[in-house]
Amino acid sequence: MTTTPLEPRLTDVGPPRYDKFLPPIVLKNYGAWKYHETLAPGVLCHVAESGDRLYTVRAGTPRLLSIQTLRKYADLADKYCGGYLRFTSRNNVEFLLVDPALIEPLKQELAALGIPVGGTNNAISNIVHTQGWVHCHAAATDASGLVKSMMDTLIDHFTHEDLPAKLRIAVACCLNMCGAVHCSDIAILGVHRRPPKVQSELLSKACEVPTLVASCPTGAIRPVPGVGGKQSVEVLEEECMYCGNCFSVCPAMRMADAENDGLSIWVGGKVSNARSAPRFSRLAIPFLPNNPPRWPEVVEAVVKIVDVYRGEARKYERVGEWIDRIGWPRFFELTGFEFTRYHIDDFKHAGMSFARSTHIRY
Amino acid sequence: MADADEGVKPANGKPETKLLDELENGPWPSFVTEIKSASGATGSAEDLLGQLELSYEDKVSHWKHGGLVGVLGYGGGVIGRYSDVGEQFPKVAHFHTLRVNQPAGWFYTSEALRTISDIWERHGSGLTNMHGSTGDIILLGTTTDHLEATFQELTHAGFDLGGSGSAVRTPSCCVGMARCEWACFDAMKLCYDLTMAYQDELHRPALPYKFKIKCAACPNDCVAAIARADLSVIGTWKDDIRIDQTEVANYAAAGIDIQKDICANCPTKCMDWDGKELSIKNRDCVRCMHCINAMPKALRPGVEKGAVILIGAKAPILQGALLSSVLIPFVAADELLDTLKELIQRIWDFWDEYGTNRERIGELIQRVGLAAFLDGIGLDPVPEMISAPRDNPYIYYQPAKEDEA
Repeated sequence: MTTTPLEPRLTDVGPPRYDKFLPPIVLKNYGAWKYHETLAPGVLCHVAESGDRLYTVRAGTPRLLSIQTLRKYADLADKYCGGYLRFTSRNNVEFLLVDPALIEPLKQELAALGIPVGGTNNAISNIVHTQGWVHCHAAATDASGLVKSMMDTLIDHFTHEDLPAKLRIAVACCLNMCGAVHCSDIAILGVHRRPPKVQSELLSKACEVPTLVASCPTGAIRPVPGVGGKQSVEVLEEECMYCGNCFSVCPAMRMADAENDGLSIWVGGKVSNARSAPRFSRLAIPFLPNNPPRWPEVVEAVVKIVDVYRGEARKYERVGEWIDRIGWPRFFELTGFEFTRYHIDDFKHAGMSFARSTHIRY
Repeated sequence: MADADEGVKPANGKPETKLLDELENGPWPSFVTEIKSASGATGSAEDLLGQLELSYEDKVSHWKHGGLVGVLGYGGGVIGRYSDVGEQFPKVAHFHTLRVNQPAGWFYTSEALRTISDIWERHGSGLTNMHGSTGDIILLGTTTDHLEATFQELTHAGFDLGGSGSAVRTPSCCVGMARCEWACFDAMKLCYDLTMAYQDELHRPALPYKFKIKCAACPNDCVAAIARADLSVIGTWKDDIRIDQTEVANYAAAGIDIQKDICANCPTKCMDWDGKELSIKNRDCVRCMHCINAMPKALRPGVEKGAVILIGAKAPILQGALLSSVLIPFVAADELLDTLKELIQRIWDFWDEYGTNRERIGELIQRVGLAAFLDGIGLDPVPEMISAPRDNPYIYYQPAKEDEA
């Protein structure tokens, strides 16, 4: 017998069982929900076949949360929800109530804490994003600051359902896209614009050259003899499109460049199958400067897209569906964004995106 | 001790953070306030803020490439992170992150949240992400000597690490049957069962590259399975949409223009509204969810439920972004777990055999062709797998095989 509480050493226990943290009303009505209604922006009511009603109050979070805030959420869950809450796939927190009389007091307490309620239906939900300078070596920009800057400006569209359809925004700080921004209504993507700077000394110690050569999608990296006969590589700069994958496999391929890194903006993607098929976002703005702490150029561009979309799109039209109807020339005209050579695809299968008809709007 | 030249640290010892302080203004909850409020054993939040301020000034990241750190017997779940300005900010010189496998559907009790918070107060920065992009609880920043203790306290509290590297990544799922009337299969249970079935593959990287699994219980795909998972399980149904005509009329009375808002938005134009009754030609319905989303009280998915299995989604690196594409058009809900386990094994066998280092399964399929992949895993081609047949005549006929047949 040992007295240490950590014996035996446990491994591979897996996550908590899927039903371990479910509130009693959910356990009772699991798989037997009938319909739901929206009572107010951010407030849903799910009605079960049994007649039971579960109320959800959805609130925005910065995703980067201190344990002090998690404890605050726990206190709120104890006070209003019998101790039950959940998070959403877009970094919102949801308080699950059985007593509708507690909805307003909870909302008031959230408001007092500066926690916005909303993000449902035809609103902008919370922005999905990546680590950025907070915790990532590959980031071309910060994510949390961009999100904060945008949501400060767009918050009324979070707390009000005042858009033609749902609007999903995402931020990724580099082309690795751990935020999977590539299927968002509006995506903000950090980009590099200069080839990696090869640090031969480090390379010979830290990197496998064959892996490094194979990491380049365009075959722009070639092995060459380095200093003192050690292995190194050279980059065919005209073939580099700055994806940074070489840096992912080898720290000696430095990508970060304060002057030339920045942001690109993409529009019209979706993942839902509703009406039209899931699709990728398309390039709207190839480059905007990295301008912390508020990134005014990015915020202005995103607000422009939201405003134009809100004014022009029909009910239920997602951004991509709206652009399908009006056409890309009109999108560029309405937003005032410049159309450039960078908008024309020149990677694999680029021809699929050329206009192959005479369907032109004049 | 304090050198005046350091400049960034005034008398109270706290780094000046003028740029980040600006991000405490405005109505959206501030991550800067979160960092400032975090307390944890390693006391690193303050130096994190200082380093981040430096990044805001310099416009580059000050994190170095990850290193190999972890807990005994695991090949992943911990992301090694080191500062390149560690002398200036010693408390984040080592700032490793743990990925902790989230509960299905991200449900918690207040007690569970406090348990995690307490562990992270004892052993880390006190900062988290709820949640990471793949779905894990992210415990952000600690030192190597705390990793094993954190891990042991987590497993004794019923939590375990998530995936990283060339492994099965932490599977995730939508809220499913716990709170959604549209769930066509038990996404939370399936996600849990798959996670438990692949604990070894999740904790000990042995695949050519990462393998992500996401379960979305209806075609609305709230976890972006089709965009983000190598293996996407997306719920659907086979029989007719259930209609409550009285509720359709109620929606019409409440202001929905059934013809314009519902029928005209149907992608296959399979619906008609005569002013009294909504009729659906279910044979033409592609189960897109628009009409059901718009009138949840009047329309519901059918009762013959299951899922579509799709394969291959990924972000751009290396050969370009992919969406998942159909592999099996329908698997009944109660057959999903067994079907998936058998299918996954066949997919991994093929991937092990033919995949190159750091080649996602979607890229392998692009390289060898979907038809060759189907041969390899023993699935017959069906027209649901494609949007249209090929439009080029460059066909690799297989006369030898055809003669055999």
